[in-house]
Formats: sequence, C-alpha cells, structure tokens
Amino acid sequence: MTEPVLSVRNLQVEFASRRGTLRAIDDVSFDIAKGEVLGVVGESGAGKSVTGLSVIGLIDPPGRIAGGEIRLAGLRIDNLPPEQMRRIRGKRIGMIFQDPLTSLNPLYRVGDQIVETIRTHLNLSEQAARRRAIDLLAEVGIPAPEKRIDGYPHEFSGGMRQRVVIALAICAAPELIIADEPTTALDVSVQAQIISLIKRLGRDHGTAVMLVTHDMGVIAETSDRVAVMYAGRIAEIGPVQDVVRNPLHPYAKGLMGAIPTLAGEDKRLVQIPGSMPRLSAIPHGCSFNPRCAFAFDRCRVERPEPLPRGAQSVACHLYDTMPAESAA
Amino acid sequence: MLAFTLRRAVQALGVMFAVGIIAFSMFRFAGDPVNQIVSIDTSAAERAIVRKSLGLDDPVPVQFARYFADAAQFKFGVSYQFRQPVSALLMERMPATLELAICATVFAMVFGILMGVYSALKRDTVLAKLFQAVSLVGISLPTFLIGILLIYLFAVTLGWLPSFGRGEVVKLGWWTTGLLTLSGLKALIMPSITLGLFQMTLIMRLVRAEMLEVLRTDYIRFARARGLTTRAIHFGHALKNTLIPVITVAGLQFGSVIAFSIITETVFQWPGMGLLFVQAVQNVDIPIMAAYLLMVSLIFVTINLVVDILYTVVDPRLRSTVGRAS
Repeated sequence: MTEPVLSVRNLQVEFASRRGTLRAIDDVSFDIAKGEVLGVVGESGAGKSVTGLSVIGLIDPPGRIAGGEIRLAGLRIDNLPPEQMRRIRGKRIGMIFQDPLTSLNPLYRVGDQIVETIRTHLNLSEQAARRRAIDLLAEVGIPAPEKRIDGYPHEFSGGMRQRVVIALAICAAPELIIADEPTTALDVSVQAQIISLIKRLGRDHGTAVMLVTHDMGVIAETSDRVAVMYAGRIAEIGPVQDVVRNPLHPYAKGLMGAIPTLAGEDKRLVQIPGSMPRLSAIPHGCSFNPRCAFAFDRCRVERPEPLPRGAQSVACHLYDTMPAESAA
Repeated sequence: MLAFTLRRAVQALGVMFAVGIIAFSMFRFAGDPVNQIVSIDTSAAERAIVRKSLGLDDPVPVQFARYFADAAQFKFGVSYQFRQPVSALLMERMPATLELAICATVFAMVFGILMGVYSALKRDTVLAKLFQAVSLVGISLPTFLIGILLIYLFAVTLGWLPSFGRGEVVKLGWWTTGLLTLSGLKALIMPSITLGLFQMTLIMRLVRAEMLEVLRTDYIRFARARGLTTRAIHFGHALKNTLIPVITVAGLQFGSVIAFSIITETVFQWPGMGLLFVQAVQNVDIPIMAAYLLMVSLIFVTINLVVDILYTVVDPRLRSTVGRAS
C-alpha cells in the first residue's frame, strides 16, 4: 500500500482558557490518499476547522497541538520549527478559506499576490512567475487571465475571487489542499462550479483534498470518503456512499435524516434533539449520549473507541455489543 | 478623478469664504481699529481722516468685499504694532514655523510608526509596555510643560542644547533655513520633539491598534497559509493596510501642528508665525490675528484636500469608486 499523503494519528488540540484547558480535538485519526477527497462534516464547533488548521500549523494561540502526530507523505510536520513549517505551507499544503471576499489583500493586484506566493516557494523569475500566474488563473476558469491578472480583488465577483484563492492555494502544486468551507459564502449556482473545480484539480494533479464543510450535499457530490465529527471526535468515517446511504452512528443517522430530499416524500425532517455540548462541559462517556435515542448505561461511563464495520469505522457502543451481521 | 478633485476644491473655497467672514468680523467686534492706531489726544477730525483713509467709513459689505479681494491676493493690511504689511511679516516668519512643523511631523511619523509596529508585533515585551506607558505621558502632558522640562534638562542642567531661538540661519532667496548650520539644527531638536510628541504618541497608538486589527483579518491568515515569510506578511501586507488611517491622522494633524506651534514657539521663543500671533494678541493687532486665522485655515483646507487625494493613491478601491462617480 502506498503511503497516504496525509496521516493524522490521535491528534489532540487544546485551548488554554481562564476556566482551564479545553480540548477542541480529542484523539482524531484519519488518512487521506493521493488524489482522494476526504469530506469532514459536523455542526459548528465540532472541530472541523481546527483539525484543518492544525494540519497546516496555523492554530492561533492559546490553542496548541497537545498530542498525536501529523505526517505529510511520511514526514512528521506537527512538531516542525516555524520556519520549516512556513516553507511547507503554500508549497506542499494549500489552503482555501471560507470567505473569498476577505481572503485577498485589498491593496494588492491579484497577480502580485499570486506572483509573490509563487516566488516565495519556487525559484522562478518575475516573468516566469507571472506566466505561471496567468496559466493558473486560466486553469481555475478565470476568463481573459492576461487582463484580469492586473485587477484588484474588489474588481472580482465572489465566485471569481474564490477561484483566485484556489489559484493561490495550488500555485506551488501542493500535495494536499485543505478547503475550509470553500463554498459556504457563495451562491448556490457558483457553489457547484467551485466544487467541480476543486474536484477536477484533485483529479488532474493527484492532489489530496481535505474538504471541511457542514453541507452534506457538497460532501456527497465531491468526496470519496467522509468523516463525521462530533464534539472534537470522529464519530464515523467511511466511503461516502456507505456513510450517506447507511450511516451507522446515531449522530450520523441524525445528520443524514436532516437532509431534505427532492423526491418530495411527505415526511418530516428528522431533528437531532438538543445541541452540541460546549467544550467546557463535554459529557462523560460518549459525548453524544445526552442527545442519543439509543444511549444505554455504558454510553454514560465509557468513551467508545472507533470500531471497524466493513469499510466504515464507527465510534459507538451499539456496534460493540451487537453482532456484525445484524448491524448491517 | 479630476471631477472629484474639483468638487473638493470648490468645497474648500466655501470653507475659506466662511473663515473670511469670521476673520473680517474680528475687525468689527474687537473694538474700533482707529483707536488702536491713533493716540489718545488725536482730534476727532484727524480720526475721521484716518478712518476714511482706511476705508472704514464705507458700508460693511463693501468693506468685506474689499477685505476679501485683498486677502485673495495675500494682502492683509498693515500691522498696527509694526506698521508693516502683514503679509511681509508672515512671509518672513513662515519658514521658521514650517521648518519646525515639518521636522516635528517627520519625527512623529518615523518614531510613531516604528514604535507602533514594534508594540503591535511584540505585544508582550517589556519595551512594548514601556512604549505604551510613555505614550500615555505624551498624550496627557501639556505641550508647554514638556517644553519646559526639556529646557530644564538639556539646556539648563546638561547645557547640550540652546534653550531658545533658531540658531544661525542661512538665507535661500526669501526662505531662511536653520537646517544648514549646526547651531540651527541643534536649536531645532527640542522644539521639534516638544511639538511632535503628542502626534508621535497618537500615531504610535493608532498604528498599534490598526496593526493588531489588520493582523486578525482573513487575508493575513490566508497570507500565512500561503507560506509567505513573516517579514512579507508584517511589512508588506499588514503595514500597508495600516497606513491608510495613519495618513489621514498624520495629514490632519499637520494642520494642528502648525496651529499648536503657537505654544511651542512661545516656550522656545521660536521666531515663527505662532510667536507673531501671540504678540499680536497681546497688542490687539487685529490685521495679524485675522491674517493668521486665514493662513491656518488655508493650510488646514489644503491638507484636507491633499489627504483626500492621497487616499485614492493608496487604496485602489477608492480609486475606482471615485472614478465611477466622476
């Protein structure tokens, strides 16, 4: 088996606060293979974005990686000195943020921002970097790139700006792209274009993509595998069609049940009762147990560990007690 | 862009007109100017002649029109105390004030920006905290006190710097400069610091606050995610975004620097327009006071205009909206 592009093992991220240390990410492990798109879903505050930021080494203090390891193509990157990590950012890991309207520096031409990034990472002349920037803008679908390269960010629409942001993220041909809610701030019609663009880039360049979103529709369209996060842990991870069609974890079931269908079946959308716990008050045992309809005594005392179920992996006591056949 | 500039220029003229009315009314309300010129035992007939020769018996609108027309040509009448044209007096004093104001502003900008950037980037260091504490002193201590303290320390106790005057000056045409002689430069140090200290602390606090704000923005986070060097992020991306409000404040403050130089010039007996004004106030020399008022407001209005235009140079977003509006 070839080495995964990204391998995260037992990651723990903590935030020191006045009321003690809060654990935002607790024991998260996953891999992303070359060319694979891993979708990460969950409610706000589940730790999706923090996971992405810790991979690229941009967690702001007081947050810090408290345990576990992150490997990029075998190289351990979670404990690199800042200068070496900086060289990896933008070169080997590209990142796309949620809001394209605020991701670009308003005072610089988009071309200058791309050229600056290219020349930070690649040993190219000004002219060569500019040519590459034009090619990149063309690749992400910006019409007349040789003209638009001299435009300022405010002269681009939201969707076009997100394309520029993507061009910036891929300008040094990274092995991994972390896209943090890349479509949330965009119109639905533009969302589809951006999604297919990210998908195409992943396919064409064999880039691994970690796609963080709360939109199951986006995940279903884009991802190969999906990780469902809840309160800083991965509740379930597996191939996207399995998790969408046959979710195992009660929380994943709830999430899938909450997606409206166009088929027009006249049934109420399922709601998950309650809300996600605050980091300062994560329940004992399984963090989902107060909201879970199937919770039993063990869930309130013992934390479930991930259990393999076919291609999926689920952290739920229900599957520890039940025989494998009846769960399917 | 041209239309924008023209529109601002017209607004500026409106402001100047209003100031002109105020300056003119000083003549009407600050006592009878004839009394300031003649002595107590001048006869009523002689007073009437003086009144007529100065045009003071004409109707008020006529006087105002004449005053305004003269002021537009920089003729502000004759000083009561010096018996010289006010414009000549002002021109003679202006280089001293401008030199002082420019030095003070440069001092304020250079140290204000450096200290502001430092205390934003190294927020928790002792030096940054010291800067914050010192800036409080600079903001709260009155200018004359700072000037007197500096004189006490560097002129009286240590004897390093002169306590008053401009030192030797060199004439360059009508302009006199103290920048070319050693004594002139030495004389410039303390007044510049005194005059610029408030502006420096203001700029420092502004740069620090803006810089901290900018460092939190998404595009700085994205710049970090792009792997740019810390240097490029701080000084290329963050500082440039910080400078827009700094230009405004520094520009607008330049007007107050000139206006506030009255105090500094008095403390250091600096032979500039401010000192001239203070003497004029003491002697109720209304032509000088009115002319000074007009000059200062002209400077303020011009600076505002320049700052507005400078904005569009720094910020491309303004450039295009301005372009679209015109």
